[in-house]
Amino acid sequence: MNSNTTQTTALFHYLLRLADSNLILSQRLCELCGDAPSLEEELAISNVALDLIGQARNWYEYASELDPLKRNPDHLAFRRDAHEFYNFLLVEQKNGNFADTITRQFFFDAWHLATLESLQDSNDERIRSIADKAVKEVSYHLRRSSQWVIRLGDGTDVSHEKMQTAINNAWRFTGELLSKDEVDDMLETDGLIPDASKTSQLWKHSIETILTQATLDRPDYAAWMYMGGKQGEHTECLGFILTEMQYLQRAYPDAKVW
Amino acid sequence: MRKFGKPSPKPLAPSRFNQEDLTGQLLVTDLQGDLKYQASYEKEAIWQVLSQVQDPEIPSVSILDLGIVRHISVHMRQITLAVSPTYSGCPATDLINDLIMEAMEGAGYQNVNIKQALSPAWSSDFITQEGREKLKAVGIAPPKGMVSKASLIDRDIPCPHCESQDTRLLSEFGSTACKALYQCNDCREAFDYFKCI
Ligand SMILES: [Zn+2]
Repeated sequence: MNSNTTQTTALFHYLLRLADSNLILSQRLCELCGDAPSLEEELAISNVALDLIGQARNWYEYASELDPLKRNPDHLAFRRDAHEFYNFLLVEQKNGNFADTITRQFFFDAWHLATLESLQDSNDERIRSIADKAVKEVSYHLRRSSQWVIRLGDGTDVSHEKMQTAINNAWRFTGELLSKDEVDDMLETDGLIPDASKTSQLWKHSIETILTQATLDRPDYAAWMYMGGKQGEHTECLGFILTEMQYLQRAYPDAKVW
Repeated sequence: MRKFGKPSPKPLAPSRFNQEDLTGQLLVTDLQGDLKYQASYEKEAIWQVLSQVQDPEIPSVSILDLGIVRHISVHMRQITLAVSPTYSGCPATDLINDLIMEAMEGAGYQNVNIKQALSPAWSSDFITQEGREKLKAVGIAPPKGMVSKASLIDRDIPCPHCESQDTRLLSEFGSTACKALYQCNDCREAFDYFKCI
């Protein structure tokens, strides 16, 4: 395998990680359509999900062009099995109560914005153009989820307690956001993706600023963390999501009219 | 009467087949024998056709008012249009492309293709002054200020109904991803605000 092939393979994996995290979170958020606590939140959640699926489509289109198996974007999204998905474990976790949904969103949005901002400096033009577009949308996502964390954290005793519990429960999935493996190392060296330590710093800064304002305690960075989503090892949640999300495309593969 | 060589401004109107209406027009007959206007390949004429294509989510506002058509190139009667989505997940993207194709074909253009232009990313700064006024006229507050100058924090959005500055944000997202939901504290009316992005 020459170095060019290795770089292409690494980039293909990295693009799937971005696309898969967007798609799976989007699918989770769609479960709340018709079931959100208020009409305004219903609209907001659906619109965030829509932004994420649009970004996922852009990443899948690029990934599809690099795929050694030449699968199209729909095939990548709807015909792969759980062990071939590389999304973060965080995004596949259940919606839980509203505090859980907002916490998952807040942790992800802070990572997402930091990553996209850095990807705007990638030396790959296609990555830059997708990130330029997405960064504007994701700054709104982070603004919204941050405001909810503050409102609920610095709210009533009940909302504060629920918010703190949600933060404590989701914390074990945050280590993966800041982790890096050989795929990241290779692309980082080639200037295709940002320096992970910079993203990590930006993420910690957002988390600390908002949790302080929200009067919430930040759990320990050194706590034990679940890992593996980026490498295709998932919690039991993902299988259930895929069963529902991929049902139609698997039951009627390559159908032109549903 | 329309000028020679210009495409019809309302290309799909049935009146184009009215005998009287055709007086003085240059007609060409294609291989199938259909009557077609001779479409002009001047960019000016193409912009004119595109100016008739409305945004499907905000009727009255054209796609040129929104500034999503970025570039027209004409090469040997092959027209390529570069169109930017307002949002990555904008569900109207495919529909807008269909409407553009329909309008172009209606105006007699045969070889048109649309390519998606992600970069430089579309910005609400591209909405024309006329577009901003049209938004306001249908009760949508236009984006305030310029992204290139201001921050993302949208404060003091004036009410499009009563002009009051005393308004509040209800939700970061309104009826579509490109809008936020506000309420006027004076006239109590809720309204959409086209976000500054
Ligand atoms: Zn008002």
